[in-house]
Amino acid sequence: MCLGVPMQVLEVNCDTLIAEIDGVRREASLLMLSDTVAVGDYVIVHAGFAISRIDPVEAEETLRMMREVFAAEDMA
Amino acid sequence: MKYQDEYRDRDVVQGLARSIVREASELAEPVRFMEVCGTHTMAIAQHGLKSLLPPQVRLVSGPGCPVCVTPVDYIDHALALAVDSRNIIATFGDLLRVPGSRSSLMLERAKGADIRIVYSPLESVKLARENPDKRIVFLGVGFETTAPAVAASVLTAQCAGLTNYFVLASHKIMPGPMAALSSDPQLRVRGYLCPAHVSTVIGGIGYQHLVDSYHIPCVVTGFEPADVMQGILWLLRQHLAGTARVEIQYARAVTWHGNPKAQALLRELFEPYDAVWRGLGSLPESGLAFREEFAAFDAARMLPVELPEPLEPAGCRCGEVLTGRIDPVHCPLFGTACTPETPVGACMVSSEGSCAAAWRYGANSEPEGAV
Ligand code: SF4
Repeated sequence: MCLGVPMQVLEVNCDTLIAEIDGVRREASLLMLSDTVAVGDYVIVHAGFAISRIDPVEAEETLRMMREVFAAEDMA
Repeated sequence: MKYQDEYRDRDVVQGLARSIVREASELAEPVRFMEVCGTHTMAIAQHGLKSLLPPQVRLVSGPGCPVCVTPVDYIDHALALAVDSRNIIATFGDLLRVPGSRSSLMLERAKGADIRIVYSPLESVKLARENPDKRIVFLGVGFETTAPAVAASVLTAQCAGLTNYFVLASHKIMPGPMAALSSDPQLRVRGYLCPAHVSTVIGGIGYQHLVDSYHIPCVVTGFEPADVMQGILWLLRQHLAGTARVEIQYARAVTWHGNPKAQALLRELFEPYDAVWRGLGSLPESGLAFREEFAAFDAARMLPVELPEPLEPAGCRCGEVLTGRIDPVHCPLFGTACTPETPVGACMVSSEGSCAAAWRYGANSEPEGAV
C-alpha cells in the first residue's frame, strides 16, 4: 500500500501526468506534488498521485558515493 | 529503468556489503538497527540483504506496515459498514484478507457485500459520482504518504458537491512509534532506517526530535538494495563515531523540509489524536482525525454502526513482530496455521507485512530470546 514506484513522465496535463514504467502507463494526480515536472523527468507515483520528483543531480551523487566505497574496497 | 537498475547493481551492493563487514569489525558488541517501513522489510527479504550482513549487524523490522498496525476494531468497523447494502466499500487490496474479529472483507464480499478494490482514493470519488444512490466508504489506512492522497480525494469530492463520499479514517503518523521504541530498554535499537516515501512528505526534519531526544542515528533510506546497504553503512558509521544525526541517503527524492503541498493537505483536513497501534497501544498524537469542518466526510461520525467486542486472533504474535521483539518464524503459527492463503494475523496478509515477507522469501533470523 505504501508502495511508490519511480516512473518516467510521458505527458504533463493540467492536474495530472501520464507516466510509464516497464511499459506500464499510469495517470497520476499532481495535487500532491510540490515540484514542477517536465516530460522526461522521473517521479515517484503512489496511490495515483505523483508525490516527488527524482532529482537527477542527487541521484548521480548518491551513485558516485556508492562507487567511491566500492573503489576504496577494491584497493583495500 | 533508470534510477532503479543502477541501485540494484550487484557489484555496488557487494562493495557496500564489504565495507559494512570491514567497519563492523570495529564494533565492541553487536548492534541492531530497525527498518521502519514495510517496503524496506520487503526489499530486504526479497534481495536477501540480511545474508550479506556480518553477524554483529542485525536488522529488525518495526511498525512500518500500515495494515499490520491497524487494530482489529477498525476492520470490524469496516465490516459493519460493508454489510449495510446502502454502502459500497472502496479499499486498497491489502485490507481485503485481514481478519476482523469474526470475518473479513473477503468473506463478506463472497456473501454479497459490495466491496471494490481501488488503486487510488480518487477512484472511489469516481465511484461516488457514478453511484449517487449509494454511500461510498473509502477505507483510509496508511501513513503520511497515503493520508494526503486521501485528503486530496475529499477535497475533490467536496469540489464536485458530492454528499455520498465518506472516509473511514485510520491514518497514522510515523515518528511517534519510533520514539516509543527508542525508549524501550529491552529492544536496544541503535539506529533507524527511516521510511523513504513517508519522508518525501515529512522531510528529514521530521526525525530531528528523535535524534535530539534519544540520541539515536536516523538515516532516511531508499528501497533499492544498494540504498539499503548504504543506509546501513551510514548508521554503522554514526554508531561507531558515537554521533546521532539525521542523514538523507535517499536524497534523490527526499529533501530536508519534505513536501509542503502534501503537508498543507494534511493540516487542512486532519488533526492529530492519540491513535492505537497494534503492538504499541495508544501513542500520543500518532493518528490523523478529520477536523470538524470536514465532519461531513467522516464515516465514523456520519454513518454510525454498532460494533462488536473486538477479538484479536488467538495465538497471533503480530504485536511482537511489529515491535521487533520476535522474528516471524518464532510465532508458533508461522507457516502452519498461518500462511498467506490462510492468514491468522494482519502481518501475514499485507505484502508489506514481516510475516508475509518471511514466508515468501525465507526467513533469516537469530534465535528467539536473543533480543
Ligand atoms: S505468523 Fe501469523 S499468527 Fe504469527 S505473528 Fe505472523 S501474522 Fe500473526
